[in-house]
Amino acid sequence: MSGVSHQFSGNQALNGLDIAVPWGKVTVLLGPNGAGKTTAFRAITGALEPESGTIRTLGLDPVSDGQALRRRCGVVSAKPALYDRLSGRDNLLFAAELYGLGRRVGDRITEVATRFGIVDAIDNLVGGYSTGMKTRLALARSVLHHPELVLFDEPTSGLDPESAQAVLALIKEMTNEGSTVVMCTHLLAEAEGLADHVVMMEAGSAVVAGSPTSLTSQFWPHPVVEVEAEDPRVLDRIAQWQGIISYDRKSVVAHLEIESLDLVPELIASLVRDGARITRVDPHRPTLEDLYFTIRRHGLPQARDAVERSQPADHGLMPIGSPAASSAEDSPLAPAVP
Amino acid sequence: MTSRLAGVRIIARNELHQLIKSKDYWIPLVLLGSLFFVIIPGILMVIITKSTNTAVVQQASQALSVLPESAVSKIRGDTPQARTAYALAVYLFAPVACVVPLTISTAVGAASLVGERERGTGEFLAHSPASAREIYTGKLVASFIPGYVTTLVGFTLYSIMVNLFVGPSVGGFFFPTVEWLVMMFWVIPAFLLLTLSLVLRLSARVRSTAAAQQASGLVTLPVIGISYAQASGTLLGGGRYSGVIVGSVVWIIAAVSLHRGVSSVTRNRLLGVAQ
Repeated sequence: MSGVSHQFSGNQALNGLDIAVPWGKVTVLLGPNGAGKTTAFRAITGALEPESGTIRTLGLDPVSDGQALRRRCGVVSAKPALYDRLSGRDNLLFAAELYGLGRRVGDRITEVATRFGIVDAIDNLVGGYSTGMKTRLALARSVLHHPELVLFDEPTSGLDPESAQAVLALIKEMTNEGSTVVMCTHLLAEAEGLADHVVMMEAGSAVVAGSPTSLTSQFWPHPVVEVEAEDPRVLDRIAQWQGIISYDRKSVVAHLEIESLDLVPELIASLVRDGARITRVDPHRPTLEDLYFTIRRHGLPQARDAVERSQPADHGLMPIGSPAASSAEDSPLAPAVP
Repeated sequence: MTSRLAGVRIIARNELHQLIKSKDYWIPLVLLGSLFFVIIPGILMVIITKSTNTAVVQQASQALSVLPESAVSKIRGDTPQARTAYALAVYLFAPVACVVPLTISTAVGAASLVGERERGTGEFLAHSPASAREIYTGKLVASFIPGYVTTLVGFTLYSIMVNLFVGPSVGGFFFPTVEWLVMMFWVIPAFLLLTLSLVLRLSARVRSTAAAQQASGLVTLPVIGISYAQASGTLLGGGRYSGVIVGSVVWIIAAVSLHRGVSSVTRNRLLGVAQ
């Protein structure tokens, strides 16, 4: 997806969006409400024709080859989009026919219903399903025809934690079977455990993209350790030590940026020798949430600058729209048709 | 999806499947058809044919005075009771045959496209391989069938009923007449498709089912009026081929309107993001 723009009644939904999706991985589009995630989804399958820009999905143009492309995609939208007056089986049967599987798909329906844990309710009317069951049915429907690309728009929205966890596990499982998954969410913890590749979006544009590890190491190239002591003033001496890159103490907790985690045992031993009573040592691994809020705090231009200053070879970070992103064989938006 | 026809069939079957599962929808349809094709005509014919009260028959027979001479000359029966029952059966209930299918199909069609958007299933269709033409035609077929099938069933029951009640007094089975057959199988389908071409366009454009129902009522009312008048004219005063001619004209208009209506279904509208 390159330079894609679209507006609705004067509102810029997509603004020169560039995305490359790695083949066979889970890519998560992150961003606040109104960032353009759902619109991007719609453009990827050709459900929405953008005003400008180029899109290649599975090697096809979603506008001119939409019908062929959509047959190879599975989509779960933010609302499960099911027919409440029909049974789960009838919903799946309708999808099977639409996607060219025909009506003799009883075994396949049982297979996906079993996999997504709804086989016992498959002949009940969908109107009586819980939110979790509806989501599971929508997931089952999306993979019924063995799609190569599966798109999930906020798949855990409205689910209780157990159901959400189960759904995420099922999504992860799909990539193990070779599907490429694109998911959008604003739940950062959800993306953290699932994403192989993250695209952070804001105001219709992609801000940064890369693996969660490479992205966080981009902003926090050195390990961070939190140390807590009964008498926190003792900790202040650490600031002068060799190997400490930065020191910041708020109340009883000191945040250290250090050259290597190997230094931590000696650091703690030394503090104890000096009489410090350490109550907590926590090598802190920056999360996507940290990254998200850092980018949100710094604003878009600074975030872009930070990305451009990075060395992709060192961090594996791929600035959005870079030639490397759009041409790399293992991370194309439009993988070649197998 | 193997062919365009298959796509249409899949969309239509899904829509009809939902209707069949919705008792709150099809029970009123059955009641409407029963009321206009069986209950009201049945009561009137029983009163006319079985009543010994001549005043009632005379009152009913006054309705015959509004019939044109060409229609009056075709009325069969030797007694006032028989002639009145024949006229009621052949001439006065004809327009009902138009109103019932148009009302039923309009109700289905008005909700069909906007309903997808309201339920959120429009998103599923927009991401599916179904083309806009398949979705439009599937919805058209699914809207046409309930109205027309109800009418055909009602018409069949009506035919049996009038032959049983009126037949013995006018010399045997007499219904349906040629004019009725032309109306049922040529004029009514044309008017039905014309109406649906307008209703589906509205359904694709408006924001809610309620708005679609209201707007459809306004648009289809004149069509119902015209079809009512044409049905009456075809049976009452028209020439031998008037039904065929009227039907042909409406078929042409309906074909043009349907062809143009396809463009009203877009993926943007299914998603609810059309500007």
